[in-house]
Amino acid sequence: MKIPATKYPVERLTLDNGLRVVLSPDRSAPVVGVAVVYDVGIRSEPEGRTGFAHLFEHLMFQGSGNIDKLEHARHVQGAGGSFNGSTHLDYTDYYEVLPAGGLERALFLEADRMRGPRLTEENLRNQVDVVKEEIRVNVLNRPYGGFPWLKLPPVMFSTFPNEHDGYGSFADLESATLADAEEFFERYYACGNAVLSVAGDFDLAKATELVKKHFGDVPARPAPERPDFDEPDLTAERREDYTDRLAPLPAVASGWRVPDPIGDFAGYLPYVVLAEVLTDGDASRLVDRLVQRDRTVTSIGGYLGFMGDEYAVRNPTALLLQAHLPPGGDTEKVLRTVDEELERLAADGLRPGELARTQARIATHHLREVDGVLGRAQPMAVLEQQRGRPELINEVPKLIGEVTEEQVVAAAATLRPERRATIEVKPGAGA
Amino acid sequence: MSAHDSSTRHSLPGLAADAKIKLPRSAERTLASGLTVIAIRRPAVPLVELRLRVPFGRAPLPRATLLSQALFTGTGDMSSVEIAAELQAVGGGLSAGLDPDRLLITGNALAAGLDRTLEILAQVLTDPAYPADEVGTERERLVDHIQVAQSQPGHLARTALLKRIYGRHPYAVQTPEPEQVRGVRPAQLRALHADRVRPDGAVLVLVGDINPEKAIDAADKALGSWTGPGKDGNVPPIPALETGPLLLVDRPGSVQSSLRIALPGVPRTDPDYAALLLANLVFGGYFSSRWVENIREDKGYTYGPASSIEHFVAGSSLVAAVEVATEVTGPSLLETVYELGRIASLPPGEDELEQARRYALGTLRLGMSTQAGLAGLASMYASFGLRLDYLVQHSAALAAATREQVAEVASRHLAPARAVTVVLGDADRVEGQLAALTTVERGA
Repeated sequence: MKIPATKYPVERLTLDNGLRVVLSPDRSAPVVGVAVVYDVGIRSEPEGRTGFAHLFEHLMFQGSGNIDKLEHARHVQGAGGSFNGSTHLDYTDYYEVLPAGGLERALFLEADRMRGPRLTEENLRNQVDVVKEEIRVNVLNRPYGGFPWLKLPPVMFSTFPNEHDGYGSFADLESATLADAEEFFERYYACGNAVLSVAGDFDLAKATELVKKHFGDVPARPAPERPDFDEPDLTAERREDYTDRLAPLPAVASGWRVPDPIGDFAGYLPYVVLAEVLTDGDASRLVDRLVQRDRTVTSIGGYLGFMGDEYAVRNPTALLLQAHLPPGGDTEKVLRTVDEELERLAADGLRPGELARTQARIATHHLREVDGVLGRAQPMAVLEQQRGRPELINEVPKLIGEVTEEQVVAAAATLRPERRATIEVKPGAGA
Repeated sequence: MSAHDSSTRHSLPGLAADAKIKLPRSAERTLASGLTVIAIRRPAVPLVELRLRVPFGRAPLPRATLLSQALFTGTGDMSSVEIAAELQAVGGGLSAGLDPDRLLITGNALAAGLDRTLEILAQVLTDPAYPADEVGTERERLVDHIQVAQSQPGHLARTALLKRIYGRHPYAVQTPEPEQVRGVRPAQLRALHADRVRPDGAVLVLVGDINPEKAIDAADKALGSWTGPGKDGNVPPIPALETGPLLLVDRPGSVQSSLRIALPGVPRTDPDYAALLLANLVFGGYFSSRWVENIREDKGYTYGPASSIEHFVAGSSLVAAVEVATEVTGPSLLETVYELGRIASLPPGEDELEQARRYALGTLRLGMSTQAGLAGLASMYASFGLRLDYLVQHSAALAAATREQVAEVASRHLAPARAVTVVLGDADRVEGQLAALTTVERGA
């Protein structure tokens, strides 16, 4: 089946103050998505301040020059819209999706906090409490909390930026100060370090004018120098385990380093295909073998990037496999079988039709994402920021379709046990 | 104040007026078998979304749950791997799930793969094999899955709440016990499939880059051999809420308490529905609500409270849910009861009502702005006998609801005196806090 493509228009401009802007009009639904992405994430947090990038993201919702606390949410939702933000390894994003008539309001709100959030001691303490509850909901009070995105990096990596807990320790969060926040904003939230992106139902000329009107007077500040976070690849297997007192069943996750997603995109894409060949659906290699035939796992998944953000992460990153096991399951046996299937793939190649059907399914997943205005605005902003190539949003299905069997086989051959980092969850519930 | 507080003053821009809601082009036909097919055109991306809801009320829960998990394990001609591979070949995928009223099949594919996807779906519906080996695998997976669910506070709190509010009604238990699932045999799945997976009363929704009439023709052709009478799966109306002591369920060592409050709801077609929806938004139904602004943004007790109206075919309920730190469980209940009492006793402010109204109207537009969103809405509405034009009627009702109506509905539906409350948490640490505020009864 021929893999189809999208043709969303992509307009780029840079304001005099250095803010980069991506505009993608599409009038198929009367809604707009607005995203602002700052080039700072978990990897840029200073030592002793784990979780600070995420805490700071919360502070960006606490008011700004012309906006009181609570008003950001009220103005977006009162325009019929929704909003949120999220903190990743390499970037932090803020976004709104609204009926088309709310576009100017969203631009106003983003510009206002780009000029500077209203940082107060009271709001800082309040949001430290909220973030601690977020961590309790997502990590401490549930089984498999933080598995594997917070648990595998310290096994795989050896430097603070790559290995530390991005949600942060309670001690670090509690010791965060207003001065830290001021400094973090000063350093990283420069408009030269940001990208604004708008997708959806708007007129290009009118939107360009609105962007200039609201963002034009944001003071020019250059982007800070971005460090290279690279580390040497593993030369010997690393494996650790921990007991999760809430987990009833064992689980295991492994990661292998992959080529630089930005510097070697052509070398990286075969791994995107490989992850799906291995784990997408009942006809994939590892689901067929481990779930259906051997029954050694109850589920298995594979993806690129610790947060599953395959086209929004920089080097170093990994291909991850994660599996949940039945009671008494043997993780060693599961890992051996994964090795065996990878060797089989490397030695025997793909079966007839296996590559094409996997590529077709990846295309469907991608097209579903970009059907939503935020599914375009967010990735386009990150693609502009990390690659200067927002138009990749239209090209991904074609590039995936051009990956060859030889490339997938060669990728599989690199996933050797000695390059693998593994974290094992030992069930502690009922123990 | 921030060091970056610019001297520039800016004022909030107004909102450009929204155009009237425009429904997408669609077609509908009820086939000879009794299957209704609704096809909707949104050509934005070259895909098609598929939703099939089959009436399944009062089906035996362990068998029905396993059937939904094992539906794609094989047909007379195809293994589970072949089904998955054939679907993938057209960029497709299908999966099944269950709620207390329906079996729901969800899928999507490249638009050019619609015919092939429907053919495979037809084989699964008309010629299922439920092979013993594969069913055995799915049975064990389901047991493991339930065991993991039972270690999650959200699941445990919901299970306790359903039991508390529905009593002996079929909705009271929505997840089977592992030992019940272990006893289900493949022959029982085949029998249940033959009995209940029938087109009569079922609704198939197709949305995407399709010609609606042609898509219905394709469905008619592919699914023509799926026939057979439907079964009366009607569930009796849900019982009225019976108030009583707060039910405290122990989860030793829990670092948070899961607070669940049920209140009487109304169905989407009720004349009070729009007003109740707005009252709920003002109370706790979105971020800019009183409840969230109070216990999150002022007190820092929680990450995210949420209150919503849940609809089942046999009735609707309003459920408020929040996870709070163990040490502030009592204070969280206090603020929650205060906010319920406030919305039930005093009319909302004009501004906060307008804000909630705009949010409700905007959310409808956002919800219908993607293929998947449209498919979900159309399928969900259809299972309540509604069509997409409900969006237009509902929008009009939201626009027309007055402050007096909202206050009046809130006084009946959001009154703390009518609430049924369940708390899951470390009982030894929270019982005293809660007992200071209300009568507490410990439960299993």
